[in-house]
Order: sequence, then structure tokens, then C-alpha cells
Amino acid sequence: MLNRASILRVVSKLLIPPIMVFALYVQFHGDFGPGGGFQAGVIFAAAFILYALIFGVDNARKVAPAWLTRTLLASGLLLYTGVGVVAMMLGGDFLDYSMLATDQKSAQHLGITLIELGVGTTVSGAMITIFLIFDGRLRAEKDD
Amino acid sequence: MAVTAFSLVRIHNLFAAVMMLGIYSLLAAVLYVVMDAVDVAFTEAAVGAGISTVLMLGTLALTTRMDKEAKPLVPVPLAIVTATGALLIYATLDMPHYGDPGAPIHHHVGPYYIEKSASEVGPPNIVTSVLASYRGYDTLGEVTVVFTAAVGVMALIGRSRRRKKPDPKSENHGRKEQQA
Repeated sequence: MLNRASILRVVSKLLIPPIMVFALYVQFHGDFGPGGGFQAGVIFAAAFILYALIFGVDNARKVAPAWLTRTLLASGLLLYTGVGVVAMMLGGDFLDYSMLATDQKSAQHLGITLIELGVGTTVSGAMITIFLIFDGRLRAEKDD
Repeated sequence: MAVTAFSLVRIHNLFAAVMMLGIYSLLAAVLYVVMDAVDVAFTEAAVGAGISTVLMLGTLALTTRMDKEAKPLVPVPLAIVTATGALLIYATLDMPHYGDPGAPIHHHVGPYYIEKSASEVGPPNIVTSVLASYRGYDTLGEVTVVFTAAVGVMALIGRSRRRKKPDPKSENHGRKEQQA
């Protein structure tokens, strides 16, 4: 829809991949620098929303159909609680990561990485879902 | 920040108000960086200034761009608000100074986390250790809140794509997304 905005198109095409890579960096580097699942999820969703704003929501829906974003939304939370349940099954408390590996530190590291991944997945799924639903609603009202 | 907050209250064009909110969030993020809370600043910049601005604009597109006419000032609520505000400001006088090592918050679990997190949990970023390991339950709760918010939005306005058209309850949208 934005045929005249070729500068926007080119610039966002250049920007979106680095934004996504940056989101992954924030996700997995969260234990060493500032960042973590929440921030990474939001940044990832921001990259997607930028794409939707510039190239149209229809294209964006092709990339991330509703079932995909909803699965992301739910699977993140499942992964988080799943880590807790696995820790329980291995004999520890709920969300006690010490059981996940033999070495205390690597167990904690594994647990944190997994739950941060869950957080990031849910947050980005939630943001993208909400954005797409707003758009869907807008269209429904325009059709009236 | 004070200037943006005041203009935010006075402005009637909601589009400008959303922009002001974004600016306010960004200024808050800068403030957090100045106070060395980079993790919080990061979140504020990404969520407050970024995503919530987009969602607010989406809400505006669904509803309306202009505020309703302001009512004239009513004395009793104004008096209550002023009194509460004065009380809160009075209470801040009792708070410890910024960076005061004797402040109660530095004597609770803080020292324990700072001393033990490297040996017990490992990651150099203590914020991550606290969030994901010591306070894992809290973070799980937060994620559940985000999940619930998205599901709530889905339940409220997501169904309209399937030809069913429930009554537009547009007042609720703003509140929903702020929780997210």
C-alpha cells in the first residue's frame, strides 16, 4: 500500500534482519549482559510489526498465520512450566533447576536459558497476536 | 519529564497524547540508565516506548482521535486528589536518599543475592539470576499475565473475523493492552 515510500521499504528491509538477530542476541546473552526473554520477545515482535506496517499486514499474515502465533503464545508458557515439572519429576522442587544436570552451575544455566526462551516465545507471540487481532478488527469494522 | 506529563494531561488530540506517552517512556528509560538499571531501561524503551505506542495507535484507529470535551473542575474530587498527592509527596520525604547504603532495601535479600548468585547460579548478570532462578515463580506469573492478556484480547475482539460481530466494547481495549 505504500508504493511511494520506497525509502521506508529499503531502510526497513535493511533493518529487519539485524533487529531479529539483535533480539536473539538479547535472548541468549541475557545472562551475561542486560536483556532476557521479555526484552527479546518484544524486540522480535517489533521487527515483525515493522514488517507488517511497511509491507502490509497481508504479507505479514502469510509469514505468521494465526495458528503459528497462537502456538508460539502457548508453547512459551508450556516450556516454562514444563521445565518446572521436569525438575519436579527428577526429584527436585518445582522450578528448581539443580536437578537438570549433574553440575550445579550448568544445571542452573540450562534452566535459565530454557525458561528465558519460554518467556521470549510467549511475549513475542502475545505481541504479534494482539497486533494482528487489532488489524483484523479494524478490517471487520471497515467492511460494515 | 514533568513537561511531557503536564502536556499529556492538557492535550485533547489523542494522537499527540500517544506520542507524548512514548516520549515520556523514553525519558523514563534514560532516567533508568542514569540510575544504572540497564535491564529495566531496556524493557521500558522496548515495551513502553515501542510496543505500547503501536498498540495505542491501533486502539485509536479503532476508536476515535479526539478526546471528549473536558468537564469543568468539580471541587470535591479535586480536593481529594490534591490531598492524596500532598500526602504522597510528604511520604517521599521519609524515603532514604538515592544510593544511601543504609536504606532498608539494601539490607534485605540484596546482599545475599550479590554474594551468592555467582557461586549458586552462575550467570554474571545478577538481574537474570534473580529473575529466572531465585524469583522463578514471579517470572512465571508475569509470563502468565502476558499470556492471559493476549487471550483476553483474542476473546474480546478477535472473533470478529469469523463473521460474528459482537458489540464493539471499545472502552476495554485501552486497559487490556496496558496490562500486556
